[in-house]
Amino acid sequence: MKKTTLIIMAGVTVLFLLSWIIKALALEGMQEDYIKKAFLVTFSAFLTLSILSFLYRDNPFYKFAEHLFVGVSAAFWMSMGFWSTIVGNLIPRLSQNLSVFFKVHYIPGDFNFRFYIPVILGLLLLMRLSRNYGWISRWSLAFIVGTTAGLNFIRYLRSDFIKQISATFVPLLVDWQGTGHFFSNLDLSASGQLVMMLANWTIFLGVMSGIIYFFFSKEHTGMFGRASRFGIWVLMITFGASFGYTVMGRISLLVGRITFLFRDWLGFNI
Amino acid sequence: MKRQIPVLLVFVFGVFMIFQYFSPHEYSEWIYKFLMDWIYIIGIFAMALGIWSLIHVSYDKIKNKRHDWGYSVVTLAALFIMMFFGITGFDENGEWGFYFMTQEGLTNPMFRNFFNHILVPIETTMFSLLAFFISSAAYRAFRARNVLATMLLVSALVVMLRFNPYFGEAVGLYMNKIAAWLLNVPNMAAKRAILIGIGLGMVGTALKVVLGIERGYMGKG
Repeated sequence: MKKTTLIIMAGVTVLFLLSWIIKALALEGMQEDYIKKAFLVTFSAFLTLSILSFLYRDNPFYKFAEHLFVGVSAAFWMSMGFWSTIVGNLIPRLSQNLSVFFKVHYIPGDFNFRFYIPVILGLLLLMRLSRNYGWISRWSLAFIVGTTAGLNFIRYLRSDFIKQISATFVPLLVDWQGTGHFFSNLDLSASGQLVMMLANWTIFLGVMSGIIYFFFSKEHTGMFGRASRFGIWVLMITFGASFGYTVMGRISLLVGRITFLFRDWLGFNI
Repeated sequence: MKRQIPVLLVFVFGVFMIFQYFSPHEYSEWIYKFLMDWIYIIGIFAMALGIWSLIHVSYDKIKNKRHDWGYSVVTLAALFIMMFFGITGFDENGEWGFYFMTQEGLTNPMFRNFFNHILVPIETTMFSLLAFFISSAAYRAFRARNVLATMLLVSALVVMLRFNPYFGEAVGLYMNKIAAWLLNVPNMAAKRAILIGIGLGMVGTALKVVLGIERGYMGKG
């Protein structure tokens, strides 16, 4: 390790300890376990700053936080899965003794034996670890893949295809009852007749031209080309709007972290 | 045996899942329900396999003292400590054991601390980091060089600036209305065109898997 790195690490350690002490002193009298609370807040701030340090460049603090996150999140999801699926749903149907051991209510049933099958399939999946018998794990995998493929076939056909097409075929000409509050108040809600028609036309033409843009089996010339061109316009508006929406989401997360650093850690009254 | 049985299983379960949708009989629904339960249970075993793989890779890195092996120690330590607090705990009588969840939810204080003070700060900061990268990308991409780039720029600006307090109430209100319209109408139209494409692609892929044309999930051997 370089000498500079060691000096920086020592400096950060000293700063961490100082921050912990100052935070503990600030919380003394306000909270019961103020030393622990101060440590947790300081550690959260350290991790936040470690991740933000990546803006400068990749560094040991960022790598530490990144590896810590991998370990903690893997264990988090494993624990959640264990308690919610294995202990929560499987054990109460399989064994009364294990239910008593894990302090969950045993659920007796005539067809509980069927829950042994996924356990066997799950154990077969672990055969993946064996060099000679790894191929057996394909049976469990085949069950998951087959079931999911069948499920996705229907799900995507319904939600992403049929329902989207049916929602695109909207009334383009409506019984005209005036422009509503469009000109007086720029009312863009679909309650106004003009806005509703405009929205329906935009949706219909936008979807059609968007599909045409992604259709590459025919050359984009003539009317087809013009429709494709309109498709790009709609797509550009969409990409811009989606970009703006994503940025706003990320900025709000950043505001949350900055608020944490300044209010919860440094104690500013904001 | 090694390849035929998996293909047969995929076909049988795939076809069943497709046909069960068209036959709302109580038996069909009963089988559908327990098949879904099975998937979750097998999924936990798959997760265990993933954890084992993480342990194996990290251990291998530490054992052979590969580049940055010290960070693998952090990963393994974090994994085991979190797992320990995730699986064991003190019950209402103060006795230690395999105890974690009560009717009030997750009660293990150390598990909660790890979640609140390690997972949440790192995850949210990582996502917020994207705000910086996305802004620098926008600086390069958002040049009003032609009509298309201008449309991209204007729609993004309208959506981003709609909550800006410096515009005042009147301008902000109109900006908000236009942004909502952009998100609900043209944005939805283009997304719908993309979704229809995705839907067709997913249906085609699912059919290829069920019919045994696509066998990538089996790997080699």
